Amino acid sequence: MLKDITIGQYFPGNSVVHRLDPRFKIIITGVLIAMLFSADSFIGLGVGVIFLLISFLLSQIPFKLMLKSLKPIVPIILFTSVLNIFFLEGVTIFKLGFLKITVEGLRTSAFMIIRIIALIMGSSLLTYTTSPITLTDAIERLLSPLKKIKLPVHELAMMMTIALRFIPTLIEETDKIMSAQKARGADMESGSLLQRAKALTPILIPLFVSAFRRAEELALAMECRCYQGGDGRTRLRQLHSSGADYFALGLSIVFFDLVLLLNCLMG
Amino acid sequence: MSVIKTEDLTYTYSIGTPFEKTAVDNVSLEIEEGALVGIIGHTGSGKSTLIQHFNGLVKPTSGKIYIDGEDIWGKDVKIRDVRFKVGLVFQYPEYQIFEETVYKDIAFGPKNMGLPEEEIDRRIKETAELVGLHKDNLYKSPFELSGGQKRRVAIAGVMAMEPKVLILDEPTAGLDPKGRDKILGQIKEYHQQKKSTVLLVSHSMEDVAKFADKILVMNKAKVFCYEDTPDVFKRAEELTQIGLAVPQVTRVFNRLRQSGIDIRTDVYTTEFARKTILEYLAKRGESNA
Repeated sequence: MLKDITIGQYFPGNSVVHRLDPRFKIIITGVLIAMLFSADSFIGLGVGVIFLLISFLLSQIPFKLMLKSLKPIVPIILFTSVLNIFFLEGVTIFKLGFLKITVEGLRTSAFMIIRIIALIMGSSLLTYTTSPITLTDAIERLLSPLKKIKLPVHELAMMMTIALRFIPTLIEETDKIMSAQKARGADMESGSLLQRAKALTPILIPLFVSAFRRAEELALAMECRCYQGGDGRTRLRQLHSSGADYFALGLSIVFFDLVLLLNCLMG
Repeated sequence: MSVIKTEDLTYTYSIGTPFEKTAVDNVSLEIEEGALVGIIGHTGSGKSTLIQHFNGLVKPTSGKIYIDGEDIWGKDVKIRDVRFKVGLVFQYPEYQIFEETVYKDIAFGPKNMGLPEEEIDRRIKETAELVGLHKDNLYKSPFELSGGQKRRVAIAGVMAMEPKVLILDEPTAGLDPKGRDKILGQIKEYHQQKKSTVLLVSHSMEDVAKFADKILVMNKAKVFCYEDTPDVFKRAEELTQIGLAVPQVTRVFNRLRQSGIDIRTDVYTTEFARKTILEYLAKRGESNA
């Protein structure tokens, strides 16, 4: 059950999108998000979606996997669309008691649904094609100018890397502890809310204890290897940008401009 | 009657994904009541998954499991009751300890069973003594104890439920030889006192050979063999072929046999080895005379 949760859902591959410099990928994703938010007509939104679809096809990520990433936001989509359909004033096309559906409501909710789906797909595409470690590397590099204002960028990136690294470990550990307590007759599925909350103690305490133990061991191991933070540290994986990266970035900016242009023309 | 019975038990992980893997493949098996069974096999041979079926932590993909003749996934069976009947001690059980005192932690299982206070108290004191925990330690925080002592607390926590079947997954992992022998000795004592069935999963052939009446060998998700201990070690060669190390003494006797000495090879404890050698020497002395 717990194993189905995917965070850092990297899907290994060797497509053009996979090979792009992660720094550029982050920026391009940012541009895509800006595109989707600034579009104020269906055509503008369509341009953003086309850009997304091109990147998606190039990435060779299976469509099924993409759908899976949309599953958790289904409630949000339903919620916003229901709100929009029923509570927007305008030309009524259907009425039942206090509920009424308007043309404007349908339009806005369709617009919102496309926008939300595109946003999630866009950011999922980033995490599907970039391993978490590379991603934090790239974030560190992108944030490195902030070192000037004494922001511990390297330390923050390291913390993120370690946190990501330990998510699967802790999930596995939770699974194991849950099984062990179930074997001792722990009952986690029935009872009142308070009882169920109490039933979590036998799981949370061992989990915390082991998290602390792991942290201590890791700190010791890092110290043994003379880890001392970011200063003067070289990297195993150097990030290189190539023509393709600049091309992709350029393309995204062209699409963005197109969206802005359409906004002016339609507005 | 057999206390555990499985019929064509199969378990497959992550069906329908690229990670699909059969961990337990068509296992049909009967374990007699009151036996002390050793379970050995490589990492990934399916032994841990198999034992998690016995108390209903894992639901089989197909096949049936009977505990005491009752299908545990049958309609009217409460899976929690099965877990009280079949106690399972996981690998590194000391990591599941959570209570403020050793006493309370051992009480967790019996309390879940809904036993009366006095009965719980009796069981805690009895099992604590059995696993060699000093009375003074009962009211200490378990986190103050040493690793070996914590392990005893965790094992006592399951023993105190007095299950009909006690299963231990590598109870000696990470202990020094002295601690290992001690814990195995205590498990054997529990087995004799309570007349319960005990399944002991282990990597070490030596341990299993010393303590188990019967041995279940798992290989590549299947049962390789399930026989009395001496019979298993008669098949030393096959065991070596599937990559399991037979006890060192057994290897010595196999080599003796290979070099032309007419001696039995189903030897797996040092004590029995001594006897066999003395017998052999006596026999040779006779024929020489």
